[in-house]
Amino acid sequence: MRHIISVLLENESGALSRVAGLFSARGYNIESLTVAPTDDPSLSRMTIVTSGSDEIVEQITKQLNKLIDVIKLLDMTAYPHIEREMALVKVRVPEAAEREEVKRLADIFRGRIIDVAHDSYVIEITGEGSKLDAFLVALDAFTVLEVVRSGVMGIARGDVALQI
Amino acid sequence: MSESASSATAITGAEIFCRSLQAEGVEVVFGYPGGAVLHIYDALYRQDKVSHVLVRHEQGAVHAAEGYAKSSYKPGVALVTSGPGATNAITGIADAYMDSVPLVVFTGQVPTSMIGNDAFQEVDTVGITRPCVKHNFLVKDVKDLATTIKKAFYVATTGRPGPVVVDIPKDVTADTCVFEYPESIHMRSYNPTTKGHTGQIRKAVDLILSAKQPMIYTGGGVILGRGSEALTEFTRQLGYPITNTLMGLGGYPASDKQFLGMLGMHGTYEANMAMHHADVLIAIGARFDDRVTGNIEKFCPHAKIVHVDVDPSSISKNVKVDVPIVGEVEPVLRELIKGLNEAGSKPDAEALATWWKQIAEWQAQDCLKYDQTSGLIKPQYVVQKFWELTEGDAYVTSDVGQHQMWAAQFYRFDKPNRWINSGGLGTMGVGLPFAMGVQFAHPEATVGCITGEASIQMCIQELSTCFQYQLPLKILNLNNRYLGMVRQWQEFFYQGRYAMSYMDALPDFVKLAEAYGHVGIQITQPGDVEGAIKEALAQKDRLVFMDFITDQSENVYPMIPAGAGQNEMILV
Repeated sequence: MRHIISVLLENESGALSRVAGLFSARGYNIESLTVAPTDDPSLSRMTIVTSGSDEIVEQITKQLNKLIDVIKLLDMTAYPHIEREMALVKVRVPEAAEREEVKRLADIFRGRIIDVAHDSYVIEITGEGSKLDAFLVALDAFTVLEVVRSGVMGIARGDVALQI
Repeated sequence: MSESASSATAITGAEIFCRSLQAEGVEVVFGYPGGAVLHIYDALYRQDKVSHVLVRHEQGAVHAAEGYAKSSYKPGVALVTSGPGATNAITGIADAYMDSVPLVVFTGQVPTSMIGNDAFQEVDTVGITRPCVKHNFLVKDVKDLATTIKKAFYVATTGRPGPVVVDIPKDVTADTCVFEYPESIHMRSYNPTTKGHTGQIRKAVDLILSAKQPMIYTGGGVILGRGSEALTEFTRQLGYPITNTLMGLGGYPASDKQFLGMLGMHGTYEANMAMHHADVLIAIGARFDDRVTGNIEKFCPHAKIVHVDVDPSSISKNVKVDVPIVGEVEPVLRELIKGLNEAGSKPDAEALATWWKQIAEWQAQDCLKYDQTSGLIKPQYVVQKFWELTEGDAYVTSDVGQHQMWAAQFYRFDKPNRWINSGGLGTMGVGLPFAMGVQFAHPEATVGCITGEASIQMCIQELSTCFQYQLPLKILNLNNRYLGMVRQWQEFFYQGRYAMSYMDALPDFVKLAEAYGHVGIQITQPGDVEGAIKEALAQKDRLVFMDFITDQSENVYPMIPAGAGQNEMILV
């Protein structure tokens, strides 16, 4: 089963490689991993999307907690939560008709064109992973030059908060 | 210089290193100098509170620190230089990680300005050691040095212990700042659990008292957690049978009648059969290692399991348990004893009598018997005689292989911390440096190293260290001219194709011992074993190397073959 785990850890050099090393050393899956400092610059927040049986995910959370740099974590799968991912997509649009169609598709998906060049657009789009997938499928008829995906971020709904 | 006067004066990082070790009460550092740690060695030279033991190879330094720690409840400390100094230390660090040994290993590093430039003797020590340490640090500023050392000792010795590496660039040891050693340390990200959950303890007590065929299974955690006294009280109060893992030997007195011997691949028949048939299993400070469980699918098929461990990730890792208790072994055992005393019921005496009768039948197999009529020296006999002649009171280290199993089976440990071996990593070569560390921790004690002619050669250079510090170790070399355990597996599972398991061109160990300044004896007849051990023990101030020429074809029995269940042992 797919799990999304948020981790608060010390914002120290090496902390990321401890987490990444743990996953590779113990053979756990990583679908995506995002990390950045929080409003408190001494802390980083990481979102890991992984998959495995209940036993494996239990071990993943225990092993993460065992890392000295990890302060707290939350398996958000157990709570109502919001997931978001961002993608930046560069599409070739040399003809006016293509520009029209791509603009329309971007609007339908609530995307924004954030760069216009002689024959290409860059579109910014945010949403759950499946929406981003659907948008890329919709662009099948066009020449997609580049796709950058941020990986998943997540936050629990309501009162549940991962904080120290 | 007085404390108050000095605290206001800036001193070098190297001096801060020494003062921090003094503040931690470190008595001895095992190490080897080199370019990146020259400032530190100079500062060590100019103080006299922390002594330094010069080994002959960095691997020996870390193993010696392990032996010191495993036998004394004090953290072991090692100091090595950058690059090859650090890489040579890795095996010891990995060994300490697998067996949860509290260790602080200091490694020199190239100056901060040169890190990442492929400088001379540079290696990414923090990167290389990351997967085999409890934690590690790179100290980039002299102002962080004292606090980092404090953290390192704190992390190494609390919770589930383990090795911590502190990597110190050379310029940090030359830079200066005011020395202030923190009295205590708080880390928001590290708070090991000590006391067990009350509700879980109540559940455990109920389950324990409901047992008809109970079994207590304990590991190295009992020894690390100073729980053997509480364990003995707990076990005697219940009257239940108990087994120890390889790492847990000495956690419960081996001569006690409730003790069924070691369990696992080369454990006793009675211990493994009792595990297999148990209805309630009480696991304490043990981690359900594959050498213990055999085929996990067939492990303890009828048992409800209580598991006490300080490390939550050890619980339900290999085997799903019914009542997990996260906490330190000693306080949890005390709570369990309290719970038993307060409980309305007692263990089911009738069921227990039937259970003990069944166990007695398994014991009657006499699974550790061996042939004594061949005229050859049997390795088991050597260990048994050593146990008798030291009255079971020596500190015993071993290397890895057949001799290790015979030592575990035939030296019956009644006290904790007496049995020092490499259980998790299975590191050949640890025996001699372990014994050095033990002797430094216990200068007056008899320290025996039970080894084989293959293992001993992996750290043989430390005989030189033993001579320099006049360590009167007793080395029992069970010399069967084979990598015995490899040969045994090749005999059983590879139709006797003994690929590379014959140790050809062995040295003359008597001459070798003498070349290093020690006493060497070769023993070829069973009738001479006792006399040789007596003679060695009588030489109180000399290292004696006893080279026993043993039966080449002897195997370790009983045995659970890989993939088999605990009830599927090969007896002889």
